[in-house]
Amino acid sequence: MIRLENVSKAFGKNQVLRDCSLEINDGETLSIIGGSGTGKSVTMKIMIGLLQPDSGNVWIENKNIVGMTEEELAMIQHQFAYVFQLAALFDSLTVGENVAFGLRNLNKFTESEIPPIVREKLSLVGLNNIEDLKPAELSGGMRKRVAIARAIAMSPKYLLYDEPTTGLDPIMSDVINDLILDLQKKLGTTAVVVTHDMKSAYKISNRIAMLYEGRIVECDTPARIQASTNPVVRQFITGSSQGPIQMKLRANT
Amino acid sequence: MWNKPLDWLGSILLSTADTLGRIVVLCRQILYWIKTADRKNVIAQTVAIGVDSLPVTLLTSLFTGMVLALQTGFSFRKVFNEPLYVGTVVGLSLTKELGPVLTAVVVAGRVGASIAAELGTMKVTEQIDALYTLGTHPVKYLAVPRFLACIASIPLLTLMADFIGVIGGWIIAVYRLQVPGSVYIDEVRALTWREVGHGLAKSVVFAAIIAIVSCYKGFACEGGAEGVGKATTSAVVVSMVMILVCDYFLSAVLVAFGIG
Repeated sequence: MIRLENVSKAFGKNQVLRDCSLEINDGETLSIIGGSGTGKSVTMKIMIGLLQPDSGNVWIENKNIVGMTEEELAMIQHQFAYVFQLAALFDSLTVGENVAFGLRNLNKFTESEIPPIVREKLSLVGLNNIEDLKPAELSGGMRKRVAIARAIAMSPKYLLYDEPTTGLDPIMSDVINDLILDLQKKLGTTAVVVTHDMKSAYKISNRIAMLYEGRIVECDTPARIQASTNPVVRQFITGSSQGPIQMKLRANT
Repeated sequence: MWNKPLDWLGSILLSTADTLGRIVVLCRQILYWIKTADRKNVIAQTVAIGVDSLPVTLLTSLFTGMVLALQTGFSFRKVFNEPLYVGTVVGLSLTKELGPVLTAVVVAGRVGASIAAELGTMKVTEQIDALYTLGTHPVKYLAVPRFLACIASIPLLTLMADFIGVIGGWIIAVYRLQVPGSVYIDEVRALTWREVGHGLAKSVVFAAIIAIVSCYKGFACEGGAEGVGKATTSAVVVSMVMILVCDYFLSAVLVAFGIG
C-alpha cells in the first residue's frame, strides 16, 4: 500500500503539490492523469523517495519514508522499480548490461542465469537481439522499451511508470498495456502509471486519479471517470482547449 | 537600506555553507563505500585516468624540466659566470613543486572535466535517480572508483613526471649549457626521499581534491546542457585553485615536520 498524506512540494516559487493525498492499494493499477507540468512525475518521485516533500507524510505499507535515513530508504526502494520518462538508460553500458543491472544487485541469480532472463524481458517488450547495442544507437521508442524491460526484470512489488507509452506506435502501446495488465495478474504487482494516453489509462487502470493545481480532484474507476461531471476532468478526458484548465495561466501558478 | 547588501551577503554565506556541508557528506559517503568498491570499475577508471593521462603529463613535464634547466643555467651564468647548481635546482623544483602541482593541474583539466561532464550528464538525464531505483548507491558505483583511481594514479604520474622532467633538464644542461653530465647527475642524486616524499604526499592530497570536487560538481549539476557546461568549467577551476592554495599550506606543514 502506498499512501500520500497531505503532501506539499514547491520548487522555488512554483507550488507543484498542495496538500495532495492519494492512496494506492496493493495489487491495483492506478493511473495519474493531468496537464503537462502539473506535478505527476514529482508525485511518483515522492512515492519512491527520490524527492522529499516539503510537508506531509508518505506511507509505504506502515512505514513513513519522509525523513528516513539513506539506508532505511534504500531498503524501501528495493521493493520498487521506476520507468523514467526519458528512459534514463546508462549510456556507457550496452542494452543487455542495462537490463541486467538491477538483476545483479538482487544477488538472487548467478552470472550464467542472467542473459536468458535479459533476453526474455527484452522479448516481452518486443525487442530481440539488441543486447550488444548501446542506448545511443536506439530510437526513442526502443530506449523507452528497454527501460521498461530493465524495470520489470526486477519483478518488484511496486512498478512506477512515467509515461510508458509516450513515443510508441499504437500497436506497441497496446503491447505495453497488455504487459502491464499481465504483470498485475501474474505477479500481483501494484502499478502507478503517469500517462497522457487515455486509451491506455482506461484499459489498464483499476482507478484513474486526476491531478490539477497540486491536488487530486477526482480518483475513481475508468467508467466513473468517463462519466464524470467535474468540468476539469471532462475537459481533460475529452481533450478540449476550452474549459477551466487554461494552458496560458498554468505557467503563473 | 541595508537589506539588499545583507541579503546578498547572506545568500552567499548560506550557499557556501550548503556547498561545504554537501562536500563533507560526499567525503563521508566515499569513505563509507570504499570497502565494497567494485574492482573491475576501479581498474577501468585507473586506466582511463592514469594510463590515458600519461602522454600529456610526460610531455608537459619534459618541457618543464627543459625550460627550468635553461632558465636556471642562464640566470646563474649571469650571477656566477657558470651555470651552477642546474641539477640541484631542477631536481628540487620538480620533485617538491612542479612535478606534483603541474601534474595535478594537467590532470585536473583533463580528468576533472571528464568526471564532472560524465556525472553531470548522468544527473540531468535522471541516470543518477535510476541508480537509486536499481539498488545501487551512486557514490559507490561512480564516485568511489574514480576517487580510488585518482589516488592510485596521480602520485605515480607525478613520480614519472619528476623522472622525465629531470631527464629533460639533463638534455638542456648537457647539450645547451655545457654542464658536465656527471655534475648534473650527482646533483640530482643528492635528492633524498624527503624531497620526493614531500612531492608525493602533496600529490595524494591533490588527487583527492580533483576527485572530490569533480564528483561533487557532477552530482550537483542541474539545468540540462548549460548546467553540464557550467559544472565542468567550475570543477576544473575550483580544483586548480584549491590545488594551488593547498600547495602552500601542505608545503608549510610538511616542511615543519622535516619532510622536504
